[in-house]
Amino acid sequence: MLNYFYHHILSFTIWVPVLAGIAVLASADENNPNATRWSALLGGLVSFLVSIPLYTRFDFTDGGFQYQEGFSWIPAFNINYHLGADGLAVPLILLTSFTTLIVIISAWEVIQKRVAQYMACFLIMSGLMIGVFSALDAILYYVFWEAMLIPMFLVIGIWGGPNRVYATVKFFLYTLLGSLLMLVAFIYLYLSTGSFEITDYYKFAMPLNVQVLIFLAFFVAFAVKIPMWPVHTWLPDAHVEAPTGGSVVLAAIALKLGGYSFLRFAMPIAPDAAHHLSGYMIALSLIAIVYIALVALVQKDMKKLIAYSSISHMGFVTLGFFIFNNLGLEGAIVQMMSHGFISAAMFLCVGVLYDRVHSRQIESYGGVANTMPAFAAFAVFFAMSNAGLPGTSGFVGEFMVILGAIQSNFWYAFLASFTLIFGAAYTLWMVKRVFYGEVANEQVAALKDLNKREFLILAILATMVLALGVYPQPLTDMTNATVTQLLSQFTQSKLPVGLGL
Amino acid sequence: MTMQQIYLAIPLLPLLAAIIVGLFGKLLPRATSHVLTIFGVAASFALSAFVLNDAMSSAPYNETVYSWMKSGNFSFEIGFLIDRLSAMMMVVVTFVSLMVHIYTIGYMEEDEGYTRFFSYISLFTFAMLMLVMSNNFMQLFFGWEAVGLVSYLLIGFWYTRPTAIYANLKAFLVNRVGDFGFLLGIGLVLFHFGSLDYASVFSVAPQMADVQISLVGNAQWSLMTVICILLFIGAMGKSAQVPLHVWLPDSMEGPTPISALIHAATMVTAGIFMVARMSPLFELSSTALSVVLIIGSITALFMGFLGVIQNDIKRVVAYSTLSQLGYMTVALGASAYSVAIFHLMTHAFFKALLFLGAGSVIMGMHHDQDIRNMGNLKKYMPVTWITSLIGSLALIGTPFLSGFYSKDSIIEAAQASTIAGSGFAYFAVLVGVFVTAFYSFRMYFLVFHGAEKWRTLKHDSHHDDHHHHGLMPADEPHEPGWVIKLPLILLAIPSVFIGYIAIEPMLYGDFFKDVIWVDSAAHPAMHELTHHWHSVFHTSAGMALHGLMSLPFMLAASGVALAWFFYMKRPDIPAKIQIKFSTINHILENKYGFDTFNERVFAAGSRFIGNKLWQIGDVSIIDGAMVNGTANFIGKLSVVVRKLQTGLIYHYAFAMIIGVFLMLTFFTKV
Repeated sequence: MLNYFYHHILSFTIWVPVLAGIAVLASADENNPNATRWSALLGGLVSFLVSIPLYTRFDFTDGGFQYQEGFSWIPAFNINYHLGADGLAVPLILLTSFTTLIVIISAWEVIQKRVAQYMACFLIMSGLMIGVFSALDAILYYVFWEAMLIPMFLVIGIWGGPNRVYATVKFFLYTLLGSLLMLVAFIYLYLSTGSFEITDYYKFAMPLNVQVLIFLAFFVAFAVKIPMWPVHTWLPDAHVEAPTGGSVVLAAIALKLGGYSFLRFAMPIAPDAAHHLSGYMIALSLIAIVYIALVALVQKDMKKLIAYSSISHMGFVTLGFFIFNNLGLEGAIVQMMSHGFISAAMFLCVGVLYDRVHSRQIESYGGVANTMPAFAAFAVFFAMSNAGLPGTSGFVGEFMVILGAIQSNFWYAFLASFTLIFGAAYTLWMVKRVFYGEVANEQVAALKDLNKREFLILAILATMVLALGVYPQPLTDMTNATVTQLLSQFTQSKLPVGLGL
Repeated sequence: MTMQQIYLAIPLLPLLAAIIVGLFGKLLPRATSHVLTIFGVAASFALSAFVLNDAMSSAPYNETVYSWMKSGNFSFEIGFLIDRLSAMMMVVVTFVSLMVHIYTIGYMEEDEGYTRFFSYISLFTFAMLMLVMSNNFMQLFFGWEAVGLVSYLLIGFWYTRPTAIYANLKAFLVNRVGDFGFLLGIGLVLFHFGSLDYASVFSVAPQMADVQISLVGNAQWSLMTVICILLFIGAMGKSAQVPLHVWLPDSMEGPTPISALIHAATMVTAGIFMVARMSPLFELSSTALSVVLIIGSITALFMGFLGVIQNDIKRVVAYSTLSQLGYMTVALGASAYSVAIFHLMTHAFFKALLFLGAGSVIMGMHHDQDIRNMGNLKKYMPVTWITSLIGSLALIGTPFLSGFYSKDSIIEAAQASTIAGSGFAYFAVLVGVFVTAFYSFRMYFLVFHGAEKWRTLKHDSHHDDHHHHGLMPADEPHEPGWVIKLPLILLAIPSVFIGYIAIEPMLYGDFFKDVIWVDSAAHPAMHELTHHWHSVFHTSAGMALHGLMSLPFMLAASGVALAWFFYMKRPDIPAKIQIKFSTINHILENKYGFDTFNERVFAAGSRFIGNKLWQIGDVSIIDGAMVNGTANFIGKLSVVVRKLQTGLIYHYAFAMIIGVFLMLTFFTKV
């Protein structure tokens, strides 16, 4: 029994939350939302517990895919249900199941309408995103990739703000455009190799011009998701309209789907193109870091500010990818994990205020620390982590990427380091205007400090941020071998020997 | 206990106290806050003293505590390097911190944030100890930023005040500008040395002396010069050197005990400590040392001038701190690292004393900080008066007192230095002596002597610590209780004696042997000082006796005399000078325009660019032209295309198949 579980652990981590979501939907009783909440919590908790063995049973010396399982799904097209996870995927899977649990708790009494659907959306989305992280078959991956958008649209479309339709459509168009090109790339690869196995694509040699086209097709899909400048403008709108839980999942996990996919598809399948185009990729990353940070500085809406801050921080992720060294790549992965915790916490903090005052505008607040001292302490802590303070997880990834970038080119590191100043400026300036000063108005004066539930989730996230900052080695131990393997894939030329055509 | 356990206990005890008090302080009896934190820092001090004693006789301890992270060929560790430099810093930090903890019991007695304050200053002690005890650049940076965090929290301690929350944001951001350089310096060290461990970096450094790198075009730069200047930019932020000094005067918005601890005695000297620690690197670049020397001289001289026109008691002391930090930097630039550390130590004692004395005065004056409202306090606050006099005399370099030994050594070092800029440095530190003496005693006379000016004062608003008001005309100032007086006395003792005792072993003995490395051939200043000591001074007393006839002493004495004449004898003259030289006065009052410039160019400039990028880049071009433009285009296109929509399934299917074929043909051909 236990052995069966261990052999199919990835399937369990994918399908337990999906089934739990369906069960929550099926058993929902509108007159008893509390029962729904508890069953959703139970589902989230079980899903999280199921994912834990991925860490405890992980082979730290193996950089390849572990926990592999599968069967032939559609033999006619050689499509397989093939799962597997390496040191890149496992941390992200754990982050997903962890974040889902946090989101369920955070929605407790905040969501009053359609509780079951809300909870089910997140549970199902969690399973689908884990599917993206663990699929080793291109079509399986594509199905999960597209399917996870549906619950996300529903979350924004149903529980979102007044302008949610525009935001959803924008989000949809951006992602759809990208995904279609990715599908074309998959079809081409299938026709060339006769397989949808990702690992087969790794071995498939292609001339540079083909690689460039393949890379660009993937690039459009993933750059939108991360998002990279200049295809980032859907994110602030989506965040502003999304309910708190939607923002948390969007920032903490959905963006990482793009980052993950770069490393899983675009770069190892078309490594020569990745090198060939790395200058452009680095330029886009640096623009994201500096340009977007300046844009974040002048935002008046807290969620927009954090959304822009996310884009700026994700710039470090893509910068780390395309400087092709251990520190940069591993730093990028650490940055993805860290951003998962910190952005989740920041959006939850905005949620705490929004639930009470129903405004996301910075100018609606002032002096919140007077009435909510415990909350202010958390907010300052997360703001400092967002600004990359050493001792918090926010520092680790940025530090590694900057140290990695300097080995590539001093000026990359120079530009990236502007985040030290701008990151602190936009985050702490917001803290100053929201939390410090005299009590600004009656609504702030009437604020009640965190309740136990809010305190609990922020405390858990703070612990994670601190733990990862003080002792990141457990995480990098997981990624070490995989990063080395990925780098060897990226650096090994796949140009066909002899004639290019 | 093994030595490693002792080393661990030193930073962790204050951390533990900070955590307990920070998380549970509100639930525990009020006294728990100070009992726990004082116990933590007192134990830490006792252990540090033991460690210093141990370090005098044993070899440096350099061990890893735990491995922080590994990536590729690089490993990052948390570890301790305990040699005489770090041991001495540990003792200074924990001692001043202990004094400030005790003092805080009295100073913050009525404050609502009592427990929060104790938690913060204990946390600060932890961070500062991690900084000085580090054996690698990464942990140094950790401590560096952590002290910055606590400084941010403490400057903004009274977070309802607009000035305080402006000052703490400014302090953090200006420090981040310094850290920008610092981090790049660390990055270059890792890149070229393959390690961030001090010992391995320093051992390879001599072989890297001639390495050239190109940063812009093909121009070749000395690697060591680039690294050292970048690291020094970090020091400029933390140790408030021009032009990154602007945050320190504003940091006086914080409660006075932290001005003494963080913004005078310990944190702001982290930059000095860092450069001294990096002497094996800085010695390899005379260019970098010249930069250090010139920046230090500018700070020493021009910040001193600003002290002359300040009327807020804390700001006078703050500008004096800036100027003294400039002195230390001059010593670093002159390759007299041990002298810089020596001055760091003496300054920590007498400047903490002066700040705590100022705090005592502020309490006595009921939180009025304007020295123009004070006078004759010697009658009411004798302990504060005597200790402040001692602190002032030490600061201006009165022979036999601690400040004399360290400051005169800096002046000698500047004189003996041969690198570019040393002539200006010597001039700056000499003039600085006169200026320091003048503003110190201007303050001293206005506060402790002369008429009791609050008695004739009309009551309006004052700048103050607690939003209380000053003294009423009929009030009499009272000296605060023993928790205030005891730290003053305990700090006055080393302010008097420490220089006399410590100069010979620290500067001319082998205290810093194998810790600080000087290339005597290239930078002979320290060698000359040693020669001078052995041939002329022989002893501390000899140096003091010579000092009585030296130029610096004359300058200091005339500064005091001028202050006496202006503020005791002829108080009408300063006002006339102010009118006559109104341009100079205007420049000084604007603090040379640094704040205005930063506010208008950097702060407003960033916001302006950010706004333009957002409105033009994101909103107009990307969203307006591209995203919504595409949508509109499709809308218009669809009017045409609609005609193709016949509604017949086979038309659609045909089009789809053609499309797929076209796509596949294109892709499979290439």
